[in-house]
Amino acid sequence: MVDVIVFLIAGAIVLGGALGVIVSSNPVHAALSLIASFFGVAVIFIIQEAHFLALVQVVVYAGAIVVLFLFVIMLLGVDTSENLRVDPLVGQRSLGLVFGGLLLALTLGGLFLSGPGGDEGAVALTGQESVVRPIDDRSQIEQLGEDLFSRNILAFQATALLLTIATVGAVVLVHNRGAEDLVIDEPGLSVE
Amino acid sequence: MDPYLLDGVTLGDVALSTVKAVLALVVCLVATMLMVWFERKVIARLQNRIGPNVAGPFGVLQTLADGIKAFFKEDNIPENADRFVFKLAPYLSLLPAFLTFTLIPLGGDFSGGKSGTVTLPGGQETFLQVADPPVGVLFFLAMSSLGIYGIMLAGWSSGSKYPLLGSVRASAQAISYEAALGLSLAAVILVTGGLSMTEIVREQATAGFGGIIPNWNIIVTGFIPFAVFVMAGTAELNRPPFDLVEAEQELVGGFHTEYSGIRFALFFLSEFMNTVTMAAIIVTLFFGGPAGPNLGILPGWLWGFVWFFAKLLVFLFVFVWFRATLPRFRYDQLMDLGWKLLIPLSLGWLLVLAGIRVARNGELNLLDSAGGDTVLVIAVSFVVLLVGMGFLRAALNNARRERLLAAGLDPREVG
Repeated sequence: MVDVIVFLIAGAIVLGGALGVIVSSNPVHAALSLIASFFGVAVIFIIQEAHFLALVQVVVYAGAIVVLFLFVIMLLGVDTSENLRVDPLVGQRSLGLVFGGLLLALTLGGLFLSGPGGDEGAVALTGQESVVRPIDDRSQIEQLGEDLFSRNILAFQATALLLTIATVGAVVLVHNRGAEDLVIDEPGLSVE
Repeated sequence: MDPYLLDGVTLGDVALSTVKAVLALVVCLVATMLMVWFERKVIARLQNRIGPNVAGPFGVLQTLADGIKAFFKEDNIPENADRFVFKLAPYLSLLPAFLTFTLIPLGGDFSGGKSGTVTLPGGQETFLQVADPPVGVLFFLAMSSLGIYGIMLAGWSSGSKYPLLGSVRASAQAISYEAALGLSLAAVILVTGGLSMTEIVREQATAGFGGIIPNWNIIVTGFIPFAVFVMAGTAELNRPPFDLVEAEQELVGGFHTEYSGIRFALFFLSEFMNTVTMAAIIVTLFFGGPAGPNLGILPGWLWGFVWFFAKLLVFLFVFVWFRATLPRFRYDQLMDLGWKLLIPLSLGWLLVLAGIRVARNGELNLLDSAGGDTVLVIAVSFVVLLVGMGFLRAALNNARRERLLAAGLDPREVG
């Protein structure tokens, strides 16, 4: 009963936020709606007892990625100059509608095929059995950590490598832009 | 999880949770009000002044008077402001501050291996904290990263240059120090083996070395994570010496320059609420929270409160002391401290702690005994740490030399 009430409230927040993202003409307001939507999703994760996932959702998406969005919007000043009447790419909107509709059909199809309580829908759509294992008595974080550092260690290391490459790339890009601009920041150095 | 929530949620449980949340809000607000007074009074004494002394005994009602005054002040909204976001920002900054407070075990009897629950007159057992989610410490990190929004949006929506500069500084600072904060937290999580706040307190309530020295995490994790956490925490709070965000000489007032009346008061309130919460988090993570010996006289559950608030007061004083003593950092010093000292140090220390843990559990089997392995791990770790620090310094010096050379300066002359 409590689950249903919480789900309805969270669902309303998710949908309202999602609607706000596409409706608001001001990018900052759109970003704020996105945060609301992320929060609703986090609450839905919590009802499913996926506490860790919920918190990661908040820390990574709401706490880091949208902050980055806002930084870009604020510092580049795109908040005023954007003309929303013009399509940047020809046919972008109609194609968006088509693919959005297809995605919706796919999701609803999966939902109806699976029926109450079964996962036949997932099988029908992907042809694969569900790989989700039942949770045992240990805490979720323990299981997640063990899985990440044993079964999926290669993927984990590859992701770490990817991030390192991205960081080094960013440093190189900034560095090559000209050392003259940077030297003024040097502490203890008086500029003649 | 709280014991009363384990067997399904009834309407009574919801009511109990609501009562707890309201009580926590009251405690938090009163503590914040007293903190404002305490800070003004202590800093006045440290600067040879008297401080507030008119409203109420020892001026203790001064904050209340200021709050009432703020309600009646004119509420200005600048012409260029984004009105909706401008009004929203103070609440966005207040909410995470309070939500973090709900995590903290304020009391409870942890002595002699007790689990820290109290039994209410209605028969329910509960912790003396609003919520004890299984991911407690992560919730604190999430809230501290959300606290940026209030400051950032306030600066942007003001439609004015100084607030924007202040808020960009604030977000850069908060993002930089969050990494160090999280890494020093990871050390605590490592020695506890769990994320829940009650679990962290319970682990520290056990008898430590020789039965006399408490098993507090400040000792168990070897002091370094605590030092890093206090520094990074102070930076997250934008308190002196990390208050570049509100550097009056450069930015007028920082992100809240354009705010007046009750909206300004909300920012002020959330800043002090964050200070109280951060002090409480430090006490919980490193000093055993409400855990402490039961000295008789009072009932057991009351001792939890006594120990908690005694420890809390020490750290509130330390924050005020910082403000009275330390000069403000320069921006490059701030970034140097965060990225080149605190993050590498806490990361290295986490690895050392993990190594020691593996050796003490006897999973290494290099020497004959687990004790010998531990000594070996510690020795190797310190050699690696020193070599690593040497490499880092060499890299930094080399980068600086190349920058100077590229600018056509002689590194030896600049020094």
